[in-house]
Amino acid sequence: MNNIQLDSQGKLKHFLSIDGLNQQILTEILDTSESFTSMSKQQVKKVPLLRGKTIVNLFFENSTRTRTTFELAATRLSADVLSLNIATSATSKGESLLDTIHNLEAMHVDMFVVRHAISGAGHFIAQNIAPHISVINAGDGQHAHPTQAMLDMFTIRQYKHSFKSLKVAVIGDILHSRVARSQIQALNMLGVEEVRVIAPKTLLPSHVKSLGVQAFNDIEQGLVDVDVVIMLRLQKERMTAALLPSEREYFKCYGLTEARLKLAKSDAIVMHPGPINRGVEIESSIADGPQSVILQQVSNGIAVRMAIMSITMQSNGAVL
Amino acid sequence: MTKILISNGHVVDPANKIDQAATISVADGKIIAVDLQPTTESDFSADIVIDASDKIVCPGFIDLSVRLREPGQSYKGTIASETQAAAAAGVTSLCLPPDTSPTIDTQAVVELINDKSEKANYSKVLPIGALTQRLLGKELSSMAALKEVGCIAMSNANTPISNLLVLRRAMEYASSHDLLVIYHPDEPSLSNQGCAHEGAFSTRYGLPSIPEASESIAVSQCLELAELTGCRLHFSQISSKRSTIKIQQAKKYGVKVTADVAIHQLHLTEDDIEPFNSSYHVLPPFRTEKDKQRLREGLANGTIDVICSDHQPHDLDAKIGAFPETDTGIASIETLLPLTLSLVDDNAITLSQAIAALSQNPANILGVQSGALTVGFSADICIFDPLVSWQVNRENWNSAGLNTPFWGETLKGRVMSTIQSGKIIYAL
Repeated sequence: MNNIQLDSQGKLKHFLSIDGLNQQILTEILDTSESFTSMSKQQVKKVPLLRGKTIVNLFFENSTRTRTTFELAATRLSADVLSLNIATSATSKGESLLDTIHNLEAMHVDMFVVRHAISGAGHFIAQNIAPHISVINAGDGQHAHPTQAMLDMFTIRQYKHSFKSLKVAVIGDILHSRVARSQIQALNMLGVEEVRVIAPKTLLPSHVKSLGVQAFNDIEQGLVDVDVVIMLRLQKERMTAALLPSEREYFKCYGLTEARLKLAKSDAIVMHPGPINRGVEIESSIADGPQSVILQQVSNGIAVRMAIMSITMQSNGAVL
Repeated sequence: MTKILISNGHVVDPANKIDQAATISVADGKIIAVDLQPTTESDFSADIVIDASDKIVCPGFIDLSVRLREPGQSYKGTIASETQAAAAAGVTSLCLPPDTSPTIDTQAVVELINDKSEKANYSKVLPIGALTQRLLGKELSSMAALKEVGCIAMSNANTPISNLLVLRRAMEYASSHDLLVIYHPDEPSLSNQGCAHEGAFSTRYGLPSIPEASESIAVSQCLELAELTGCRLHFSQISSKRSTIKIQQAKKYGVKVTADVAIHQLHLTEDDIEPFNSSYHVLPPFRTEKDKQRLREGLANGTIDVICSDHQPHDLDAKIGAFPETDTGIASIETLLPLTLSLVDDNAITLSQAIAALSQNPANILGVQSGALTVGFSADICIFDPLVSWQVNRENWNSAGLNTPFWGETLKGRVMSTIQSGKIIYAL
């Protein structure tokens, strides 16, 4: 079923989840991203790879940051980009998701970048769309956020060069996090030594170990000797759902402080998909400190999304 | 009325402990003879002779949970279309849960259903009355009035009653009128609008999940109340190992409780779900291999009395969407027999147990004179070929709902004739 992502030659056609892909495809994405990073520093930040192609950003959930990096990535590939904020558009008039998609499809677009609040929305669109259109999942419910995971993998490779002997800890709301699911799948697929998740039981899926991770409820045990620390954003609504007592207590038990970071390897890097809640999940001095690669993640986001867009469009016949 | 002779068949009638070749004579809508030593000489002059060579002849099936979608949702199915599908499935009587629109909580609605099902003239429809008004779980429905016009039992359909005092009163009142209470065990605060079993599948695909405990906690509470009130209680569509264990213990201690399981729960688990394929979206959700095995054992050892179809036909739109947003349920009545027979092939239960779970046991639970080929009983009979294979496709399908995960599969065991009150309501 996940093979809906691949075309008949096994090439990436849709990018919906890490699940169902393989190490070779992930490595190809990382290598292609590499070639795009240098470009961002040049005077002319554009290549004509997707000239004449139309990319539509369909955001059923608001996200300025992710949408902006997708827009920039598409623009730098010379594609025409249209961003639609559907949360306040057609579907609130009772138009179904499928009707919206078919209407846009009739306008002869080449790619949809979709963010949606329901798990599986990306798969659903990919299954129901005209065969020449590629779909990129920019986050669906609690399921997957594969482009975020790939930019995180790219950042890790930049600093650590190889995935082989790495110990990586993901800290925070694993239960509700599509980012964490995709990160865990990518880390395991790329062959890291160990993936750990650190959170209270209320924020861990009850069967989290089936994802191939070690689970810790104690941050101090979980951080020992890790090479990479990935923090997740804590949503405010977790407090009202009786999952946590307060932000203060969360920071007390799971906040990344300087003292705790010392438990990790001395050259450990600290990552965060943003936006950061300073003083809730991470101390400001760490977010802005020497081990933080948070802003690097953001700039890598553009190159990685350019790579994913160009690779998926290649499967559709664009000449690279 | 037509006189029918069914000859040369192998009769399986668990209630009368018959499992051998026999000839059945039907007249005036009733079974008038079951002849175990059939002779060619007979003074019975049949209008129709059915040659049941190489076929099994058994009591017509009684399905405890079939959504007909009428009144209220006739774009999904109608009393005519779904009772026709039931006839093709060998089902001679079916219970209609009260979550129609309007709900089955007034005599007028029951009479409408009775009228339409008599006109359709396929399987007998036994409406289940709403346990509480409009199924809201607040005020009792007029159970005596509903019983008077033919409601066979009371239930709150899939809507849980969260106020236990209301549930207690409803059980007390129902048992005052000697009415069976059918309850779908679910603690909604725990199932929390989930769409998949809380396990490896929901974890992997980030789907809102339903823990096993949301069912077994409701089972425990209901068993306590059944004991307190003395009410006859039947659990519909249990899906978990722990529920099965709790019901087994309660039966041992003499609580008046029975249970059914939906046929697909005996075949599919979370491991079988094709990711994001909405035809697998069902409530209770598909659970684990352990749950499935325990449900099968429960059926074999008598903890679970009945296999039902839990038939829920849908229009195409209802299943088009991202998995969590699609409607739940499977159009399952026409796969009921072949999937039950495959339990026999798997040696999970015997053929006689399978037939009993589809006929004798539901009849006993409902207290109806049916589910057996007893002389004098209504002639409700199913004749099927246990070996013939058929493909689940448009051509072989009668229900208006095409929503089944078994679509396209080839299944073994097919109904050849269905006779309800002496009328042939289906013949292949």
